[in-house]
Amino acid sequence: MSQLRLINPKVQNIRALELDTLVRKAVRIEEELKQGLKKPYNEVINVSRCNPHATGVKPLSFFRQVIATCSYPTLIEGDTMPLDVRERAKTLLGECSGGSIGSYSFWPGLPHLQRSISKFISHRDGGVPAPPDNIFVVGGSHQALKLLLSILVDGSRSPPAGLLVPVPWKTTSVTNMEAVGGVAVPYYLDGQQGWRLRVEELRGALLSAVGACHPVALYVSNPGDPTGHVQSRESMEEIIRFVFEEKLFLLADEVHQEIVIGEGCKFISYKKVLAEMGAPFSDTVELASLHSVSQGFMGEGGLRGGYMELVNMDPSVMKSFYVVLCQLNVSILGQMALNGMLNPPKPGDPSHALYEEEIQHIRSTMIHNVTRAMKVLNSLPGISCKPIGGGAYMLPRLHLPHGAIQQAKEEGRLPDCFYCSRLLEQTGLCVCPGVDLGLPEGTHHIRFSIMTSMDTMEEVLRRLSTFHKRFMKDFS
Amino acid sequence: MAATWMQRISPGKARLLTGGRGDAAFVCTVGVQRQPVSVAHHPASVAHHPATLTAPHRAVHSLSSSSSSRLHRFFSPPPSRALSSGPVSAPEEKMSDNVRVSPWAKVLTIDTMNPTVKKVEYAVRGPIVQRAVQIEKELREGVKKPFDEVIKANIGDAHAMGQQPITFFRQVLALCSYPELLNDNTFPEDAKSRARRILQSCGGSSLGSYSASQGIDCVLQDVARYIERRDGGVPCNPDNIYLTTGASDGIMTMLKLLVCGEDEGRTGVMISIPQYPLYSAALAELGAVQINYYLNEEKCWSMDISELQRSLEEARTHCNPRAICIINPGNPTGQVQSRECIEDVIRFAAKERLLLMADEVYQDNVYAEGCQFHSFKKVLFEMGPEYSDSVELVSFHSTSKCYMGECGFRGGYMEIVNMDPEVKAQLTKLVSVRLCPPVPGQALMDLVERTATLSALAEKAKLTAEILNTVPGISCNPVQGAMYSFPNISIPKAAIEEAAEMDQAPDMFYCMRLLEETGICLVPGSGFGQKDGTYHFRMTILPPMDKLKVLLTKVKEFHEKFTNQYS
Repeated sequence: MSQLRLINPKVQNIRALELDTLVRKAVRIEEELKQGLKKPYNEVINVSRCNPHATGVKPLSFFRQVIATCSYPTLIEGDTMPLDVRERAKTLLGECSGGSIGSYSFWPGLPHLQRSISKFISHRDGGVPAPPDNIFVVGGSHQALKLLLSILVDGSRSPPAGLLVPVPWKTTSVTNMEAVGGVAVPYYLDGQQGWRLRVEELRGALLSAVGACHPVALYVSNPGDPTGHVQSRESMEEIIRFVFEEKLFLLADEVHQEIVIGEGCKFISYKKVLAEMGAPFSDTVELASLHSVSQGFMGEGGLRGGYMELVNMDPSVMKSFYVVLCQLNVSILGQMALNGMLNPPKPGDPSHALYEEEIQHIRSTMIHNVTRAMKVLNSLPGISCKPIGGGAYMLPRLHLPHGAIQQAKEEGRLPDCFYCSRLLEQTGLCVCPGVDLGLPEGTHHIRFSIMTSMDTMEEVLRRLSTFHKRFMKDFS
Repeated sequence: MAATWMQRISPGKARLLTGGRGDAAFVCTVGVQRQPVSVAHHPASVAHHPATLTAPHRAVHSLSSSSSSRLHRFFSPPPSRALSSGPVSAPEEKMSDNVRVSPWAKVLTIDTMNPTVKKVEYAVRGPIVQRAVQIEKELREGVKKPFDEVIKANIGDAHAMGQQPITFFRQVLALCSYPELLNDNTFPEDAKSRARRILQSCGGSSLGSYSASQGIDCVLQDVARYIERRDGGVPCNPDNIYLTTGASDGIMTMLKLLVCGEDEGRTGVMISIPQYPLYSAALAELGAVQINYYLNEEKCWSMDISELQRSLEEARTHCNPRAICIINPGNPTGQVQSRECIEDVIRFAAKERLLLMADEVYQDNVYAEGCQFHSFKKVLFEMGPEYSDSVELVSFHSTSKCYMGECGFRGGYMEIVNMDPEVKAQLTKLVSVRLCPPVPGQALMDLVERTATLSALAEKAKLTAEILNTVPGISCNPVQGAMYSFPNISIPKAAIEEAAEMDQAPDMFYCMRLLEETGICLVPGSGFGQKDGTYHFRMTILPPMDKLKVLLTKVKEFHEKFTNQYS
């Protein structure tokens, strides 16, 4: 009957995630709780992906005050808001046509934003220049990735284009590739060595693609999502040499750059390493670097703001790309959050002390959360958990008893999905099964966000350990 | 769950049900579970494409899986590369020589990039707008011009044109952004309670949390209730609402879902001419076939079924028409379709088995006397079960275009009607790839209510048509809705020839001259499509009354001067 029964095969080919099923179940449970159904817990905690504000992290006051003031400019008068907030709001409103944040922002965003981003990058990278013309304001890093893949991939071509993605992967790197008709080619990070990337593995992945697709780009995530690995300069140089030799476009997802907590770990951007490697690399390797307001201290995923910087992009491609980018209308509050991330209060500003306090609090919370999680998880039988250098997730490995694997099989499930599903049902805790991260079957993992308040993390660990102990006992 | 799993491990069934490559990957994985790592290398590269999963391939897999899992790929003989002409150099080269200097060509060049992107054009922000931005810069730098400011009448940006935001919405937004303000007694109680309701629906009571990809639950419910009120009680299920990033995101998503097939089986989509260029851009990007049907300018841009039939039949010779898009009230043409016309279109869609895509973003902007907005949903349901049980309809709305005029927030929704449940599941999966629409925009969508006084717009619409119609060589249909006029302009032959020499469409030439001489920025009709030999421009009617009068007088003077100069 339906005219629509026949749909775009690219859409059909986007993989269905186990996590989506779990989250739907979590929503159902929440509804049941609301209706007064009795459960051994009174709320669902969803730490399956990093959604800091939803798990108890407080938004940074300064930015929220600026956004509120821009939304309702009456607040510029009076003294409800601190002086620097009111001044910032005035400046930002001055940049909006008609002085209203309800105006279309002419692409590529608020006029000064590109320049702010350029300054921010250049400052971060120790002076490496970042021409504003190469910087584009986007509605989050996923939109940037989608746009880049849409020009990199000719979906009608056979064999299809390939994107090298790390395993464990960030699901959206794979689903976005599938949505444009491309194929994800996995390369495996070394779980035994803190998820380090080895170039031999990249070469192997390239070979595995032979005949099935033709790889056009390499996707890297640093600090690693979901591994928490922070790449060393040497490793990044190797990768840059690799993409140079193999002629691949380099997509660097650097959205977690603010959160680096491991001892001796330091975030260095691909842009900086590339620039410092000099010719022939620095003037040939095509690089897109992505950053957003969704992660890090801001954690404002709901506002959908971010930027991408393009390096060494062919000018004629740029020209075509402009037309696509012209149609973007990035949410104004996303742009304002971005402005905030790039220009936090300076020492001496009325909001500076509070801002510093809030940032420090988030940082020490993260360190606390990781330390606690390591301690609790490693004390449990059948779980091993490695320290992380940064990023937003813990990715413990489960060593499930044979009985559990057998039971999962009988129920027609993959073992880690079986585990996560029971965990959700019995304790109201939602975590992401390793299978969604591309992790090979036979190894079992779960991923959960560490960007939570300390209280939430304690509760997460309490539910997880209680469940896990019972689970191990039940199946051994 | 168990059932799904069983279907998955039966390759034949899996194909029939969803045909997804994800399922094929599972099939492959299950088949050789003992060597998980090696097999897992393959899902992406081979098993993702069931078509390429030929018997010899399988053999290679099972052989290789018996060797060391991490290394097997190095030992498998590298088959010759299927696509040696691609940007990646041949594998033999790679293996033999690790330190090589690559040729200097880029990975991404105009020849290797996705060709459909090259076809995308977007008139509303085309060369005229780029020039306008440049002129503004020149003015700031002190360059002398016959005018002191650029008037951007090309885009319907209500707030940039001086329309005041609605206080209540902005209060709610401020409260949601910075909930400490809930303790501030200068905010009214109704704004506070609305803000509380929205925040309760957000994760951790923060607008900064990702929402569910379909949208915030309470907003979905409120939108559904809003639609029910609008449609005089026709029921609306919140589960059929998808919140979007402005209407364009919804339109793009639906088109993406729809497009398939090759050659003569390629999906075709009927769009009105003149059209809003979002449609042509989206169809070009998706590689779908654009099917033009012309609106009848003589009858105030109405839709003729005979014209729909003509364009459909012509298209059936070279593609597979599957959907028809209607913009009502019209953009750029400003007409409001009558109820009879909508019924005719619904009957046409039912007869020809087309998906109806109703772009109703201007539904709250209907102001001409005797005109009324009828939603496709309402008319469809009032036509009885013969139609309301089967015709597939998607309607789009946004916060940008209604009286709210909040373009910057990028809020919108689409409502789907009669969609196949399996297709709906695919749609849900597709929207989840982009995580969620901006949450503040979703919050604004929650505040949709029709309370606006449109009298000012009605007056401006009337004035615009009146003044333009006094100019010899300009004729303007009455502006009934939306926020644009789309007058027909006659351009002298000499001007057309000069434009041709410059490789410009005549109305582009006209608008460019207008911009250079008066600072007024309009969009040429050629950017929207129009009948051959006719020329138009689109002008928003949003500027404040005094500014609008100046604008119209300037256009009038320019047109007279231009006509004189070239005849």
